[in-house]
Amino acid sequence: MSTAGRAVAVKAAARPATRRRLRDRDWVWGYAMIAPLVLGLAVFYLWPVVQSVYYSFTEWTLFGDATWVGLRNYEQLFTDPANGRALRNTFVYGGLSLLGIPLSIAVAALLGTRGLRLVSLYRTLYFLPVVTMPAAVAMIWTWLYNGDYGLVNYLLSLVGIHGASWIAEPSTALYALVAVGIWTQIGYNAVIFMAGLQSIPSHLYEAASIDGAGRARQFFRITLPLLSPSIFFVSVLSVINGLQMFDLVYLMLRRGNPAREDTQTVVSLFFSRAFEEGAKGYAAAMAVVLMLITLVLTVIQFRVQKRWVHYA
Amino acid sequence: MRNGSALRGGRLWPVHLVLAIGAAAMVMPFFWQVLTSLKTFTEATRTPPVWIPSFEWGNFAKVLDETPFLQQLGNTVVMTTGRTLAQLLFCSLAAYAFARLRFPGRDVIFVALLSVLMVPGQLFLIPQYQIIQSLGWLNTLPGLIAPGMFSAFGTFMMRQFFMTLPAEVEEAARLDGANPLRIFWSVMLPLARPGLLALGVLTVLWSWNDLMWPLIVNTDPESMPLSAGLSALQGEHMTDYPVLMAGSLMASAPIIVLFIIMQKQLIQGIAFTGSK
Repeated sequence: MSTAGRAVAVKAAARPATRRRLRDRDWVWGYAMIAPLVLGLAVFYLWPVVQSVYYSFTEWTLFGDATWVGLRNYEQLFTDPANGRALRNTFVYGGLSLLGIPLSIAVAALLGTRGLRLVSLYRTLYFLPVVTMPAAVAMIWTWLYNGDYGLVNYLLSLVGIHGASWIAEPSTALYALVAVGIWTQIGYNAVIFMAGLQSIPSHLYEAASIDGAGRARQFFRITLPLLSPSIFFVSVLSVINGLQMFDLVYLMLRRGNPAREDTQTVVSLFFSRAFEEGAKGYAAAMAVVLMLITLVLTVIQFRVQKRWVHYA
Repeated sequence: MRNGSALRGGRLWPVHLVLAIGAAAMVMPFFWQVLTSLKTFTEATRTPPVWIPSFEWGNFAKVLDETPFLQQLGNTVVMTTGRTLAQLLFCSLAAYAFARLRFPGRDVIFVALLSVLMVPGQLFLIPQYQIIQSLGWLNTLPGLIAPGMFSAFGTFMMRQFFMTLPAEVEEAARLDGANPLRIFWSVMLPLARPGLLALGVLTVLWSWNDLMWPLIVNTDPESMPLSAGLSALQGEHMTDYPVLMAGSLMASAPIIVLFIIMQKQLIQGIAFTGSK
């Protein structure tokens, strides 16, 4: 125990006896109260990580017996071109989903306009895609993107553009999915930005306008820097969500879709390897690599944030 | 900031214009979903689009007839309720201990639990599947519910919440001889209501919409929740868009209604995750 810890213990000893007895009994109560949660998380989350890492060095037979194969799964990871494609798609997805951030900031800033009415109505409407089941979202957009009868192509035809079969063509499918992803995220991010905007003290704006700074200048000199912690949080979240991209890929690129092969993400590929093809050892190796990638990206984001995030 | 009189009245119309265009982009897909769900197949595939549908309620009937929709709705409700109640209980119980009680190893255990948040979910899935399989819980409700009953995020959120509550009330109860469990249950939980509601709404939303876990453990249509059921419906009715739109509308409507009722709590929950 550290010196500080000992000092606390000494202080505790100096307390009246009843009080000390209460603190001692905290031990038992403390352990008892965290026990259900700790047990559940250990069984379903912590130990599985250890097991998955072990599985990544094994190969599974049809009967579920695992045999040790050393690094073979990892070697295979690097030789299968499907993985390279999935990784590229995942990065494109994670990177492009950052484009939703400026839109969300704009929405939040506009909703924060003083004296604006109907704010809660707007908020509800922007939030509808956030709360809608991804399975439903995927169906709606599959229909909107339909090459022959979709609303998207009908609207484009009004301005003389002949639209593609957006999610059935390898060249457009990924970007069509990115657009849906951004559409579902704007309302969520805007809520976080609205909270961030509310925490900016109004006297800063007052001082700035006394000094003659216009609205645009105030936005870039006050709002953006003070909003940077929220922007950082949302961008970390967007990248992590991007790396986790699954629901839309699984549901919008069904078997038989010509763009399916080229538009898989790491997680959708993991899902089919592990649970459709039964290659659980190989899939576990994919998951381990994905964890390492996520970790590296998050560390990089935390490093870089020191250059642009201002904590008030 | 800006002078007050200029803000009142007509000066805000450009803001409204931009927000309304954005809102239209948010709502248009849903409008199209509802419209299509009321069309016949021929109407749905006509160009230019038919704007006044013939109110083909048969699409909804088809979903009810051809899929175990009500059964799946029941599965979803049980799954969501089970996970949410369990999380509220286990997370807040542990969160209170982490926030207010002293015991050896407290902080180490807490940090170890939080490490779960850093790990991509795929690392849990294979062993979780094995556990459920070995318990004989595939295609059952307990299998659907079990892993989602425990949450590191929820514990973190509730702990932060408990730490903001004043210590005085609790100290008074302690000196009266109440034990920590009793204090937690009758003093702290009522005070933590806003935090519990926020966590509860977030968990309901996550659970109702969850797709991957149900796809893994419950592959039998009778035991699926709605999310996986929609996926199966899509597999069968690939191009029958009016039926697909009717099904997706029926599956997502309950949570949209809940959101409109509990909007404040959900927004608070999300704003909270952004502030930590």
